[in-house]
Amino acid sequence: MLKAKIFVQLKASVLDPQGKAVTNSLHHLGFDEVLETRISKYIEMTFADNDRARVTEQVEKICDSLLANPNTESYHFQLDYQE
Amino acid sequence: MRVSVITFPGSNCDHDAFSVFSSRGHSTKMVWHKDSNLQQPDLVILPGGFSYGDYLRCGALARFSPIVKEVISFAQKGGLVMGICNGFQILTETGLLPGALMMNNSLSFICQHQLLRVESANSPFTHNIPVGTVLDIPIAHKEGNYFIDEEGLNMLQTEDRILFRYCDADAVASEESNPNGAVNNIAGICNKERNVLGMMPHPERAATDTVTSQDGRRIFEALESYFISHA
Repeated sequence: MLKAKIFVQLKASVLDPQGKAVTNSLHHLGFDEVLETRISKYIEMTFADNDRARVTEQVEKICDSLLANPNTESYHFQLDYQE
Repeated sequence: MRVSVITFPGSNCDHDAFSVFSSRGHSTKMVWHKDSNLQQPDLVILPGGFSYGDYLRCGALARFSPIVKEVISFAQKGGLVMGICNGFQILTETGLLPGALMMNNSLSFICQHQLLRVESANSPFTHNIPVGTVLDIPIAHKEGNYFIDEEGLNMLQTEDRILFRYCDADAVASEESNPNGAVNNIAGICNKERNVLGMMPHPERAATDTVTSQDGRRIFEALESYFISHA
């Protein structure tokens, strides 16, 4: 089996109000060294297939067609073998 | 007009829209999202609500409902489509309208009266409404912060596709009159062919005598006058 670990994040050009609110809260807690926070989505997906090339192609199609909105989001992922 | 209102699992403004169009004398049908027959409408309404619980992204899953394929084909043939609130989010996810609706910059759900300025009379939805007219139409959303990149914004402006912008009582669209952080105070846009509208405010909630604003009627009257003059 292969497990896809997928990160979907807002593009750098898109404001992230959640991240900004978290940065403000961290500053209130005294973590003044935090310059910026960006919130992303993390998605895990398991495939029966062990062929990395085929699964890579599948995950790219899945991200392009549903998981990420190309207007505002980008994605990257890694594949790990599972027992 | 023949009007079809689509109901998705999680739609909650479908009956409001149905009621307004019916009461104005239009032959109005409710169409379930799993149907594949739009019932030969002149106008399709994608109503407000939380289709599919807003899972993943607002409107992202509704895009795969069987009826949406029919709505896209209807729109591409020039049929009138109006997406309100969640309907606007669905239209951006289908690609019928550009851009995306992001979380409000306040991170809060906002439910309030909102003033809008009509930016263009060149659409079926704003037909005969003078540019600069201020309408009081409520908003109720958490993801209404319209985003489009600079190139897209230039395109919308050049093609006169911004139909409504958030403004104040003096018709000034400023940061102070922007409730959710939307780029350029954008509240509603149309497609290039001008037959598809997406807007965050709810005109169907400002169209009966029992509520405190009736300004939503201006949009329904615009549609009716457009339909009569183009039928």
